[in-house]
Amino acid sequence: MSKEDKIVFCTGGGCTAKLGAGVLSRILEKLPRGEKDPDLLVGYDSRDDAAVYRITDNIALVQTVDFFPPMVDDPYTFGQIAATNALSDVYAMGGEVKTALNLVCFPEDMDLNVLGEILRGGAEKVAEAGGSLAGGHSIADSGVKYGLSVTGLVDPHRMYTNDTGMPGDKLVLTKALGVGLLCTANRVGEAAPEEMEAAIRSMTTLNKTAAEISRKYRVHAATDVTGFSFLGHLHEMMGGKLSCVIHANAVPVLPGAQKAADAFLYTAAGQRNRNHTGPFVRFENVSFAMEEVLFDPQTSGGLLLAVDPADAAALEQALCAAGLPASIVGEILPKQEIEITVTDK
Amino acid sequence: MAEFIKVDALGDACPLPVVKAKKAISELQGAGQVEVLVDNEIAVQNLTKMAQQKGYQYSAEKLEERKYRVLFTLGEAVSAPAEDAPVCTPDARTDTVVAISAAVMGEGSEELGKTLLKAFVFALTQQDKLPKTILFYNGGAALTCEGSAMLEDLKELEAQGVEILTCGTCLNFYGLTEKLAVGSVTNMYTIAEKLTQAGNVVKP
Repeated sequence: MSKEDKIVFCTGGGCTAKLGAGVLSRILEKLPRGEKDPDLLVGYDSRDDAAVYRITDNIALVQTVDFFPPMVDDPYTFGQIAATNALSDVYAMGGEVKTALNLVCFPEDMDLNVLGEILRGGAEKVAEAGGSLAGGHSIADSGVKYGLSVTGLVDPHRMYTNDTGMPGDKLVLTKALGVGLLCTANRVGEAAPEEMEAAIRSMTTLNKTAAEISRKYRVHAATDVTGFSFLGHLHEMMGGKLSCVIHANAVPVLPGAQKAADAFLYTAAGQRNRNHTGPFVRFENVSFAMEEVLFDPQTSGGLLLAVDPADAAALEQALCAAGLPASIVGEILPKQEIEITVTDK
Repeated sequence: MAEFIKVDALGDACPLPVVKAKKAISELQGAGQVEVLVDNEIAVQNLTKMAQQKGYQYSAEKLEERKYRVLFTLGEAVSAPAEDAPVCTPDARTDTVVAISAAVMGEGSEELGKTLLKAFVFALTQQDKLPKTILFYNGGAALTCEGSAMLEDLKELEAQGVEILTCGTCLNFYGLTEKLAVGSVTNMYTIAEKLTQAGNVVKP
């Protein structure tokens, strides 16, 4: 058998637990799709964040599901992070959260109060998003996993897709990178408490505010940065028809993340991201630690927005005024030989 | 006296193999070797990524299914940080397929052709971007078998995630079926699929 038939698990929590994009796309390509439904606006054909189904001319359903094993010890915090992450896909499509269903895997012999704390953390985030928790499903399993299936609404004329940016657009990132490296460092006792706290604050910040602010500007494309890393999601945003330049110095990074990379606390998912997206990227004078940050799988990461160049500075300012570490990190270019160039300039 | 430390990181999730390797390397206190056993190629890549950053000499090979060995060899100046280590990404595989259909590279002297092909495979191990797959068929089939001069280089490529496939019909024809020493056996259906779906086919 070829080794590609074998799934390599390197366990870790959060979005570091995601299967690699390479393995996944080979499976997804072969699935039967059935009759094409003209009202399915976003489905398997696109690598977008959520499915979108048109109900009327002005109303479409946004559906998404996301769950994973814990990446932090505290169950309440884990619940908040998992919910923030699951809700994010609706915001990445430009939608509003309406309902959410819990998905739970939990060992039968574990203290049920732990589950209570996880669900409390999740429920609080659903409420903060303005949605209603409407039910759920639980399974007895050897390890803890939690997440949500979230349904939202969007006006199909105003929905965000991820590969509709235009040459000249500025790329704006709304959260700092590095939570995967920091959670990994934390697991082996090498993250400072204040560094881990900052990572948790980032992972429990809903993308709601960022999405609402972005509505006031000419945003051509959006995605949220999660397990496939900043560069992986940027690669999807280029959609094989655009290129871009990223200014490494402008990319917001959580304190301690580069230090973790310098200490070689690499994640398996980060390396899978490098294998998958690396061939599309050229680094010019970028430190290896920063490369690792850019390939780092993000749990509950920020939005990556392609915005009209005339609006970019105002959007960046408005996001920062709302307390988000947003930054213009690069620019979309017409398609070139190298898809993504990361420079130190 | 050069030391040799063995680290068993089978079953360990990243970053534990790297954390254990770092600890063993610091225990060497000078020259010596550290052998790390891991059970997946991603862990191999993370270990060799560290070695590249620190400027350590290393080799990697696949011993069996779910068992890989990475060997670090350190000189005296272990603790000196390799600030000027080249920043490259040699672990990234591309969608290139290399097809080796003969025991020689190019036409002309057979002796030279063998030397060239061995040098080519060694040079592959040194590339920033590794091929996804290397196919061996007809006269190339013997190169993945016992007695081949390029086995070590091929094992290193395999440990880095490069797929090494040899044509089963060819092994059978040359009586080499029991002698395969690296990679796995494949059939013409797979060879045709690999070649037609490759982004690039390289025929040395």
